Amino acid sequence: MTYTVRKFDAVIVGAGGAGLRAAIQLSEAGYKTAVLTKVFPTRSHTVAAQGGVAASLGNSEEDHWHWHMYDTVKGSDWLGDQDAIEFMCRKANEVVVELEHYGMPFDRLDNGKIYQRPFGGHMSNFGEKPVRRSCAAADRTGHAMLHAMYQRNIKVNTQFFVEWQALDLVRDADGDVLGVTAMDMETGEIVVFHAKATIFATGGSGRIYYSSTNAFINTGDGLGMAARAGIPLEDMEFWQFHPTGVAGAGVLITEGVRGEGGILRNSDGERFMERYAPNAKDLASRDVVSRAMTTEINEGRGCGPNKDFVLLDITHLPPETIMKRLPGIHEIGLQFAGVDCLKEPLPVVPTCHYQMGGIPTNYLGQVVVPKDGESSVPVQGFYAAGECACASVHGANRLGTNSLLDLLVFGKSAGETAVADLGKSGNAHKPLPQEAIDRTLARVDRLNHQKVGADVHDTRLSMQRAMQKHAGVFRFKDMLAAGVDRITEIEQEVARTQIKDKSKVFNTARIEALELDNLIEVAKATIVSANARTESRGAHVRDDATDTPETPDGRDDKNWLKHTLWYREGSRLDYKPVHMKPMSVDTIELKKRAY
Amino acid sequence: MGRPGEGMKEDRKARINRLKWHCRRALLELDLVFDRFWEHYEENLDVQGEAALEKLLEQEDHDLWALVSGREVTADPQLANMIERLREVSPAANFE
Repeated sequence: MTYTVRKFDAVIVGAGGAGLRAAIQLSEAGYKTAVLTKVFPTRSHTVAAQGGVAASLGNSEEDHWHWHMYDTVKGSDWLGDQDAIEFMCRKANEVVVELEHYGMPFDRLDNGKIYQRPFGGHMSNFGEKPVRRSCAAADRTGHAMLHAMYQRNIKVNTQFFVEWQALDLVRDADGDVLGVTAMDMETGEIVVFHAKATIFATGGSGRIYYSSTNAFINTGDGLGMAARAGIPLEDMEFWQFHPTGVAGAGVLITEGVRGEGGILRNSDGERFMERYAPNAKDLASRDVVSRAMTTEINEGRGCGPNKDFVLLDITHLPPETIMKRLPGIHEIGLQFAGVDCLKEPLPVVPTCHYQMGGIPTNYLGQVVVPKDGESSVPVQGFYAAGECACASVHGANRLGTNSLLDLLVFGKSAGETAVADLGKSGNAHKPLPQEAIDRTLARVDRLNHQKVGADVHDTRLSMQRAMQKHAGVFRFKDMLAAGVDRITEIEQEVARTQIKDKSKVFNTARIEALELDNLIEVAKATIVSANARTESRGAHVRDDATDTPETPDGRDDKNWLKHTLWYREGSRLDYKPVHMKPMSVDTIELKKRAY
Repeated sequence: MGRPGEGMKEDRKARINRLKWHCRRALLELDLVFDRFWEHYEENLDVQGEAALEKLLEQEDHDLWALVSGREVTADPQLANMIERLREVSPAANFE
């Protein structure tokens, strides 16, 4: 197989919010910057973010970054690094105002300032009462953000490579990162992007689950590439789930449906939430509802031929109320469940939504790994930001509107750090290591020649079903252990997938096979990390982690106040301390997370 | 040399593959709708259909979903026809 080499100062993989923000920094500084993206930038999954971006601007009422920091640490169930969280919350106003200057059409108050609305978990005065902190552009915040930043990049001459699939990280014998190998989908041509700075902004990996709100593009490409290059993945056991996704499709049913009187029922037609939360019933918090749903399914009271979902019933509500107050739900039911929700209940399951873990980084956006007895040593030339990275600001659970903030702050930060490092480096690129390139060529070559092997679609489906069953929203010791075995089996199948279509031009079958190589790394990291962590914390909830005075709600700070690191080689686990010390303020001390 | 018509078949396959990739969108709702669409139309989308789909795919994702979900309507008959086809494909039992 042949390949060509192209030289850039910086290569960024991914053109969602984090990638575009990082690119602005590099291009504005005059560095020759390539951005590789599978889809057109404004079709990145950042588009789906509607809630807004958190910043303590205090436009409608008093607010302070320190209060925002407190909420974020508490939300993270104390697994978030307090230095990174302070950095993010302090930087929030700056990045939001910058975005405004790029032309972002934020909603405004009558006085012209940015309008802010309240959002779950964001409070004033250290958890006292809700505060208006989210800045939004109608219900299209993510989309408007991408447009503003894409236009800015065009202005500063960022070079986009649209419809390119990044394949592997290029790392030399010193462990330095020297770029990526990538494939032009249009031609099948393989190019080595030789760079002095490589930034990953590849987004989440929610497609490892059968039921996921993530778009099909969210296949964890950056995580797969990092893992294959020997970089550990951090805190991969932490995934945020939403209780009500349409079973089999994943499309979100808003919480507003239960707010308007929607009732969850099991196969006996029972309103089961009465048993789990006698007061709040169907309006209990997300995690309580998700856990109850999973218990009903696990105990055989699920619905449908496989008894693997429960029902969300709104048939008792007047049709006018549904059509007026819950616009879109009727159509979603028809389109994705084949159900007219005015007459029949909707099938729903807890659905994967956001990945808290990722490639380990610090608040400067540098990728950091343990080395020579130190827990966080930067990998030369390698940076990451956004959902693919773990800074770690979300810890064990993310607050709404902090994800858009994360990608702005750390996208910028990664870009700034890369600019500073480029300023210190000489003009010459380090020589490319041939064996790293050969590994990519061998991977693509195998797919081109494999004649008998596992079907990509079937194998992916097996992985997704196994992850849903074994490492879903509510976790059980035996299921997790069995899940490790199952995913290890599926990993063997992934290594011998075959594609019938061997053509070069826009071969989507090949792209999907390459994506599956990445998904399986994420799935394995998740199940192995989850199996090992024997406590409950944030989004990782285990049935066997008991509530005691020492371990409130199963959280075991004595043994588990630490970050997980999963290494692909030997599926090895390591751990590193949580940064409890902020940059300038006092530590936010451990306490039980209660709202 | 290949058999007559083989080149044309290859061309169609490449065009369809390209269109299929352009159906990878930012919103899951659209991914699911297009997935179903291709199950029905991969083998029998004519050239006019290809052109209509290509035009439709130039829409922004939120606008596209507003059209597909029936919240908005388009005055463009070419697009309206394609939207109709997207809405017609019945919900599949098993999405991935």
